[in-house]
Amino acid sequence: MSDQDNKIQLDERKKEWLGKLNEILEKYPERKQFKLDSDLELETVYDPLSLDGFDYTDKLNWPGEYPYTRGIQPTMYRGRLWTMRQYAGFGSAEETNERFRYLLDQGQTGLSVAFDLPTQIGYDSDHPLARGEVGKVGVAIDTLADMEILMEKIPLDKVSTSMTINSPAAVLLAMYMAVAEKQGIPMDKLNGTIQNDILKEYVARGTYIFPPRESMRLIVDIFAFAGENIPAWNTISISGYHIREAGSTAVQEVAFTLSNAIAYVEAAIAAGMEVDQFGPRLSFFFNAHSNFFEEVAKFRAARRVWAALMKERFGAKNPRSMMLRFHTQTAGSTLTAQQPDVNLMRVAYQALSAVLGGTQSLHTNSRDEALALPSEQSVLLALRTQQVIGYEIGATDTVDPLGGSYFIEKLTDHIEEEVLRYIKRIDDLGGAVEAIEKGFIQKEIQASAYRYQKEVESKERVVVGVNSFTVSGEQPIDLLRMDPATSQRQVERLKEVRLSRDQGKVSEALQQLRKAAKTSENTMPHILNAVKAYATLGEICGVLRDVFGEYQQQITL
Amino acid sequence: MAEKPLRVLVGKVGLDGHDRGAKVVAQALRDAGMEVIYTGLRQTPEQIVETALQEDVQVIGLSILSGAHMQLLPPVLEMLREQGSHDIIVIVGGIIPREDIVYLKDQGIAEVFTPGSSTENIISFIKDRIMQNQ
Repeated sequence: MSDQDNKIQLDERKKEWLGKLNEILEKYPERKQFKLDSDLELETVYDPLSLDGFDYTDKLNWPGEYPYTRGIQPTMYRGRLWTMRQYAGFGSAEETNERFRYLLDQGQTGLSVAFDLPTQIGYDSDHPLARGEVGKVGVAIDTLADMEILMEKIPLDKVSTSMTINSPAAVLLAMYMAVAEKQGIPMDKLNGTIQNDILKEYVARGTYIFPPRESMRLIVDIFAFAGENIPAWNTISISGYHIREAGSTAVQEVAFTLSNAIAYVEAAIAAGMEVDQFGPRLSFFFNAHSNFFEEVAKFRAARRVWAALMKERFGAKNPRSMMLRFHTQTAGSTLTAQQPDVNLMRVAYQALSAVLGGTQSLHTNSRDEALALPSEQSVLLALRTQQVIGYEIGATDTVDPLGGSYFIEKLTDHIEEEVLRYIKRIDDLGGAVEAIEKGFIQKEIQASAYRYQKEVESKERVVVGVNSFTVSGEQPIDLLRMDPATSQRQVERLKEVRLSRDQGKVSEALQQLRKAAKTSENTMPHILNAVKAYATLGEICGVLRDVFGEYQQQITL
Repeated sequence: MAEKPLRVLVGKVGLDGHDRGAKVVAQALRDAGMEVIYTGLRQTPEQIVETALQEDVQVIGLSILSGAHMQLLPPVLEMLREQGSHDIIVIVGGIIPREDIVYLKDQGIAEVFTPGSSTENIISFIKDRIMQNQ
């Protein structure tokens, strides 16, 4: 039978089946209207007709082949599992170093550093605005002395380190390089990632310092400097995670992330770099939310869209520039304070969607995160979740096991189309920086967040333990408590460093940095010199605040 | 006679930038007919109190997820008392452990809404409290 005859026959048989379906529906209506987080209404079933005109080579191809829908490597997890990388950091450098070494002993394969808010916003621990925040959501790092303690007895040539740092990314990267140098490690052995994605800070996460255009300049300085000096380092992790946490849909998460990525690529090209010079070192960070199949399809669609953008829009020639490599974290915002053990199941399914979507690296959230910072026991359970998926359930034994599912392929196509539509709208507004300055992206995210909340309150969206299946008299679980003395000890260490360093060297380095910031000279070498002289994070960012100014939030409510 | 709408300040205190909850609540309060003043991010306790007094609000709703609540919330209450404002009620939303909630309520926080709270509950809480005060 020819393909055409086959299709006609399928069409007829589907009509017959739909007739029967409608009879059933009249007697027994469906429970509700079924739709994705991204608002697409779902059909009862997907079949070959859903994929009319589907071209395997064009849309999927084999793993490791353009457009990388089925994964960026030919063998994926049959070769090596993803990096199990738990985001950790709290209190002082000593406490965090201890947690790092514990996690490495438990089989974690990469480090991921959480910094406290003063560090993320470029304030020293004794700054008035740091009141109450030192060591709370991450570790406090004021000077190179803290970074030396943080990385003590950790072999920086063997462990890859991801640092969630954006506005002051250049300073923390310089500190890491300086510690590696002291450990005698060659710079080409340094492996890791700095988040360094400022655009999402203005719309979703809030730890900005400088205005967008000045921030973009610092990012391009890092691209250029790192490209020459630490060639294996991922110089940016363009992050949809926080956009999703702020309330976006899956489609918006991919669309806004890739629009930001386009802005970074354009900025680097405008600064005179070739796309294939930095393209292979761009990496991404996505959220794994609760709608399982939508999430799997989202990751596959994101890879396909990025490959085409790099090849067709930017003329990349190196296949590595076209491969979207990404870290995933399960969705913190889906975790509930009610019945916290239920969070273990949420995290497991979200993590599985990331693995079936082909992630390169994964963080699984802990069950107690809607109550406090995770305890050691909860973090261990979260890591064990990844190990069960990696080693026990067979999910990693073949590449892209859901590929070819009528449903998954249709969803992948749908998300791709919707993402491209958004990218076009943002292009029409003048690109991501303009769209953010106009408040467009912020408003889109807020509208989705509000819709989500309404759906939860109307019970259109069931959240187990919150709006359905609730219990009374829940048992409290053990939470991590921070030692209030940590903050005081951190301030004392900072004072000691300020007293013991060579003040003349610090002033000279900061003056050189000021000069470079005022011209188009790369700021990175001067930041590195200042760090090595034990200038504080606050002093270095202070110089840049003077020259660049500070961002004033645009309130879009 | 039309009732005068309730005036509420919604703000983020401290350095934490996660404002999804604050914005959703602000929008829900507006939809419920209240006048909402939204401060944006990175407010100090001093700034919160100053804005609340200038704007003549009846309710202050603060959002904080960074764990700095024990250091940043009591000063808000103290300053309100120093300014002689005894009728402004202060409610809080965020990630706040149970035993801290007990302490904060002792200090004068009217209610703490943890993740999973509904905007409907927040709205009815505000309305009930304001009626009690009148």
